[in-house]
Amino acid sequence: MSVSSEQVRHIAKLARIGMSDAEIDALVPELNNILGWVEQLAEVNTDGVEPLTAVIEQKLRLREDQITDGNIREAVLANAPEAQHGFFAVPKVIE
Amino acid sequence: MSEITSKTIAQLRDGFRSGEFTAREIAESFNAAVAAAKALNAYTVETPEDALAAAYAADEARGSGDLPSLAGIPLGIKDLFATRGVDTTAGSNILKGFKPPYESTVTANLRKAGAGMLGKLNMDEFAMGSSNETSAYGPVISPWRRKGSNVGLTPGGSSGGSAAAVAADLAPGVTGTDTGGSIRQPAAFVGITGIKPTYGRCSRWGVVAFASSLDQAGPMAKTVRDCAILLEAMAGFDPKDSTSLDLPVPNWEAGLSSDLRGKRVGIPKEYRIDSVPAEINALWDRGIEWLKDAGATPVEISLPHTKYALPTYYIIAPAEASSNLARYDGVRYGLRESGCDGLDGMYKATREAGFGAEVKRRIMIGTYVLSAGFYDAYFTKAQKVRALIKQDFARAFEQCDVILTPTAPSAAFGIGETTDPLAMYLNDVFAVPASLAGLPAMSVPGGLDEQGLPLGLHLIGNELDEQTVLNAGLAIEERAGFTARPEKWW
Repeated sequence: MSVSSEQVRHIAKLARIGMSDAEIDALVPELNNILGWVEQLAEVNTDGVEPLTAVIEQKLRLREDQITDGNIREAVLANAPEAQHGFFAVPKVIE
Repeated sequence: MSEITSKTIAQLRDGFRSGEFTAREIAESFNAAVAAAKALNAYTVETPEDALAAAYAADEARGSGDLPSLAGIPLGIKDLFATRGVDTTAGSNILKGFKPPYESTVTANLRKAGAGMLGKLNMDEFAMGSSNETSAYGPVISPWRRKGSNVGLTPGGSSGGSAAAVAADLAPGVTGTDTGGSIRQPAAFVGITGIKPTYGRCSRWGVVAFASSLDQAGPMAKTVRDCAILLEAMAGFDPKDSTSLDLPVPNWEAGLSSDLRGKRVGIPKEYRIDSVPAEINALWDRGIEWLKDAGATPVEISLPHTKYALPTYYIIAPAEASSNLARYDGVRYGLRESGCDGLDGMYKATREAGFGAEVKRRIMIGTYVLSAGFYDAYFTKAQKVRALIKQDFARAFEQCDVILTPTAPSAAFGIGETTDPLAMYLNDVFAVPASLAGLPAMSVPGGLDEQGLPLGLHLIGNELDEQTVLNAGLAIEERAGFTARPEKWW
C-alpha cells in the first residue's frame, strides 16, 4: 500500500496538524518509505496468534470508588493559555 | 573541589557520610560544573538552589544516623519528568512554559530518598529520536570527540542530555526514560551505564507519555553499582499508574555479585548482522570471554523474529504516540496559536507551530495505521508479531539466564550526519526487541573503537530479573577496565 498526497492531507486533517502543500508533498515519499518498510510484517505467519495486550502479565486492579482529591481549580487552570471565570476559554464554537 | 564531580554516587555517599566533604560542597561543585558547561547544551533548566536546599537538609541530618539512601546526592532530571513549579517541556515548543503543579512519582521517590535536583536535561522532542537533534532547544553536544577531530558528535537519544551530563561530570547520576533504547543507546555512545528495568517497575505517573506500553524510566550513571542505588530509589508500586507492578523493590545493591558461576549467557545468532562494524562484533566476542571468565557458560540461542522488531515498533510506538499527543490542543496547557478557523483552526495552528518535524511524522504514521480500514492490517498485525517476539524471549530464557548483545550498531555519529529517518531508526535495532517484550536491559561500557569513541555491551534479562542483568554488568565492568574519559574542551 502507498499513500497519495490526498491521503496525507486527510491524515493531517484527522491529526489536526496544519500543513502546507509543500510539507505534504515532502511527507508523501517519507511516509511511503516508512510504510513500505513496516509492511515486511506481512511475511510473518500470525495465524492463531492473539495480539499482545499486556507487556507483563498482571491483573487490572480495582480501587475503592472514593474521591481522593479535588478543589484545586486554580492549580488545574494555572497553565491554561487562556482561562476566564474559572473555566478554560476556547474560541467560540456556537454561533 | 573539582575532583568531587568525577566521583561515583557510592563514593560521594561514603565521603559525605564519613565527613570527608559536606553535601553542600558536593552540590556547589556540581552547580559550578553545570554553569560552566553551556557549550554542551545538556541542561534546559538549571536549578542550583534546589540542589543546595537538599544539601543543607542532608548536612543537617548527617550525624542523625538515619540518612535516606541518596542524602547529599544531587541528580539531573530528564525534561520528560514533571517537576513541581519547574519548566517541564519534553523538549517541545508545544509545552513551552509548562510548570506542572505536581511532581512525578519517580522524582518524588528520589526526593524522598534525599536527592536534590541540579536541573532538567535536554532530550529529543517527546523522546522521539536517537540523536537529540529533534529537541526544540537544539541538539546536545557529546563531550566525546573523535581522535584528532573537533566535529560535534551526538550523545545519542532520546536521553542525550542525561548521557552527556554524566559523561561530562555535570551530575553523578540522572534519570532517563527508554521507549525503544533511549537509555541504553545514549549510555553506550558516551561510555556510561544505564538500565531500563522491567516494564512496570518505575511508575509512569507524571512522566510525559510517548508510547505508554513501552515507556519505562531508569537511571544512568558512571557504574553498575550507582545504577543499582538509583533504581532502588526510583522503583516501587504506585497506585496512580495502572501498569505499575505491585511488588516489593529488591535490594539490588546488596545483591550485587560478579560471580556468575552456574549462569548461562544467551548469545542470539540473529544479532550477528553483516552491516555492523567488525570492531563491534569483536567487542561482543570479548564480552563473551569476560562473562566466561566470571564463571558463566555461553549458549547459542535463537530469537527468530528479531528482524521484525523494528518494523513492529514503528507501528506500535507511533500509534500510541498519536493517541497520547492528542492532548496537546492549546486549551489546558502549553502553546496556543489562534489560527483563523475557530476551534478547529486553533487546534491545527497550535499543533503545526508546536510540534517539530519528527513528532509530526510519527503522529502522521500513527494516525494512518490506526485509521479506519488500516487498523487490522497494521496495528493488530504488529501486536501479533509483538506477541511472537515476546514468546521468542520466553523460550530463550528456558535455555539461558541473561542475554548478551552489542548495545548499538555503531559508535556515536556526527550531528547532522544522519538525515534519513529510516537510517536513524536502525540505531535501535538491538535495543527495541527487549522494549517490545518489557524486559530489563542495560548498557555497560566495553571499550573504545578505532576513532577513540566508546562502545557499549547490552544485557537483557528475564522479567523482574534486574539482579542478573546488574550482576553480569558488574562482571563486564570489572573486566573491561573502562576508564577512558572525554578530554575537556567545553
